[in-house]
Amino acid sequence: MEIKVSGFGGQGIIRIGMILGKAAALNDNKSATLTQSFGPEARGGACSAQLVVSDTEILYPYLTTPDILIAMSQEAYQKFEPELKEDGILLIEEDLVKPHAVRGHIKQYAIAATRIAEKLGNRLYANFVMIGFIVAITKMVPKQALLDAVPGTVPDRLLQKNITALEQGFAIGEQKLAESN
Amino acid sequence: MNEKKRGPVLTGAHYLDGDHACAEGAIAAGCRFMAGYPITPSTEVAERLAERFPKIGGTFIQMEDELGSIAAVLGAAWAGARAMTVTSGPGFSLMMENIGLGVMTETPCVVVNVQRGGPSTGLPTLTGQQDMMQARWGSHGDYEIIALSPSSPQECFDLTIACFNLSEKYRVPVMFMMDECVGHMTEKVVVPPADKIDAWPRRWYRGPRDKYLPYEPDKDGVPPMIRAGDDHRVHISGLTHDQRGYPIINAECQQLCVSRLADKIRDNADDLMMIREEQLRGADVVVVAYGISSRVATKAIADARKKGIKVGFLRLITVWPFPEKKIRDLAGKVGCLVMPEINLGQMYREMERAAAGRCRTMLVPHCGGWVHNPDDILKAIIEGSK
Repeated sequence: MEIKVSGFGGQGIIRIGMILGKAAALNDNKSATLTQSFGPEARGGACSAQLVVSDTEILYPYLTTPDILIAMSQEAYQKFEPELKEDGILLIEEDLVKPHAVRGHIKQYAIAATRIAEKLGNRLYANFVMIGFIVAITKMVPKQALLDAVPGTVPDRLLQKNITALEQGFAIGEQKLAESN
Repeated sequence: MNEKKRGPVLTGAHYLDGDHACAEGAIAAGCRFMAGYPITPSTEVAERLAERFPKIGGTFIQMEDELGSIAAVLGAAWAGARAMTVTSGPGFSLMMENIGLGVMTETPCVVVNVQRGGPSTGLPTLTGQQDMMQARWGSHGDYEIIALSPSSPQECFDLTIACFNLSEKYRVPVMFMMDECVGHMTEKVVVPPADKIDAWPRRWYRGPRDKYLPYEPDKDGVPPMIRAGDDHRVHISGLTHDQRGYPIINAECQQLCVSRLADKIRDNADDLMMIREEQLRGADVVVVAYGISSRVATKAIADARKKGIKVGFLRLITVWPFPEKKIRDLAGKVGCLVMPEINLGQMYREMERAAAGRCRTMLVPHCGGWVHNPDDILKAIIEGSK
C-alpha cells in the first residue's frame, strides 16, 4: 500500500507519516518505509511524506502510484492529486482545499482538521485530527496499533491533547465512512 | 525508561531514520567521543549524539570546523576513546589531510559521510554518491582504506558497529558512506540487548613496559596500541617512521612503513568483504549496486525478471577495498555487469577494471539530486541481456 501525505511545511506532515509508519512497523507486524521530500521548500511550501506499507519486506522504497493521498493544502492537492490511483482514497483538509470534480472512482473524504484543532486550543493538533481520520477511513492499521505509536512522538505534556485530537478525527472518520456506505 | 535504568544501548524495536540509527549504532559500539561540525544531511546524527552523549558519559564537541573535528577525533582515539565524526561532502573535503594522518598514525576511528550532491556546496539537501572515490583516494600518498555503504536504517545501525570493529581490528580510519536518501529514510530498526552486541575491543598492548614499540606489528601486520599518557614512551608522527615511531626519512623505511599500511588491508580483503548475492548462478546480466541505488535497482531487477531476463544482483556493502575477486569471477560467467550509481562513474570504473574485458560492463549514471528512475536501470539490463 502506498500513502502520500502532503501539505505545507509546519503542519506536521512528516509527523503524520512517521506515526502511521511506526504504528504499522512496530505494532502491526508490517514493513513500513517512510521517505520525505526534503528541501528548502519544506518551510511553508508544499511538502510531502511518502509511506510504503507491506506484509513483506520492502525493497524499492518509493511510491509508484499512491493508493491513498492526504492533502492538507491547496498547493499540495493540485500538485499531487493527478498522481493518485484511479480508485484511490483522497482525504482533504476541508477548509484549506477546494477540490475539483472527483476523478475516476476516487473516494474522497473531507475533514476540517484545523478548525477542530483550534477548538481544542491549538491549530498544531490538526495533524493528529487527520491521523485519526486517516486510520478510521482507510483502516490501514488497527486503532490500537495507532494509539500505541503516539507516545514518544510528541512531548509528554501534550500527549493527552493530541490523543483527544486523534480520537475526534477518528470518530468523524467513522461517521463519514458510515454515511458514504 | 531513562538511560540509567536501561543502560546506554537503546535495546528494542524502533522506528528510526538512517541518521539516528547510525548514532545509535555508534553508541552501541561503545563510541563515546564525537567531534563534528553540523552539515546537512548528516546533522541528525550529530544532533542525536549531542542529546544522548551527556546522559551516558560521552563527550560531544561542536568544533569550529571540519579540520578541527577530525583532529579532535584522532586525539581522542589516542587518548583511548572510541571516536567518530560525521559530515557530508564539503566537510569530507576539509577532513582529507587529517584522514591521511589517521592512516599514517594507524588511528582507529570512524568518519561518517552522509553524501549529498556536489561538487562544492552543490545540493545541500539532496542525495548523491559522488564521494566514493574521494573516500578511497582523497588524502595524498599511497594507502588503503576501508569503507562500507548501508542501504537501510537497520544497516546504518549494524554497519556503524561494523565500522568501529574494523577500525579497531585494522587500526585505520573507516569511512561510512551513507547517502541523503538512506540517512533520511525511516524504517524499523531492531537494537539487540547490550550483551548481544559484538563490539570488538581495542588491540591493547599487554607486554612489558620497556619492550613497547608503537609500530611493532602483530602477526597479522597490525600493531597493538597504548593510551597516550599512560606511562609508555610514545612518538606519533605523520612522518615516515620506524617501529619506535621515530621519523626516518629514507626509502628503506618508507618501503617498510607504507607497504605495511597497504598490506594489512590488502592481505585481509577476503575477511573484510561484505556482499549480498542473489540469483547469480546462470544469470546473463548482473546488477552491481550499493547504498540507495541498490534499493532502487530492486524494482528494475524485478521488472526484468518478469520479462524473463535472467538477472542476478550483487549488492556491495564493503565498497573499499573493492571486491575485485568477486567481480573478476563473475565477469567470466555472465554477459554483462550493470552498475547504477548516483555519480558519473566512480565505482563503475573500478568494476570495469576488475572485469578486465571478460564481459561487457554498463554504467547507469545519475548526476545527483534524486535517485534513478528504475526504468533507466531496466533499459540497461535489457540492453545488457542482448
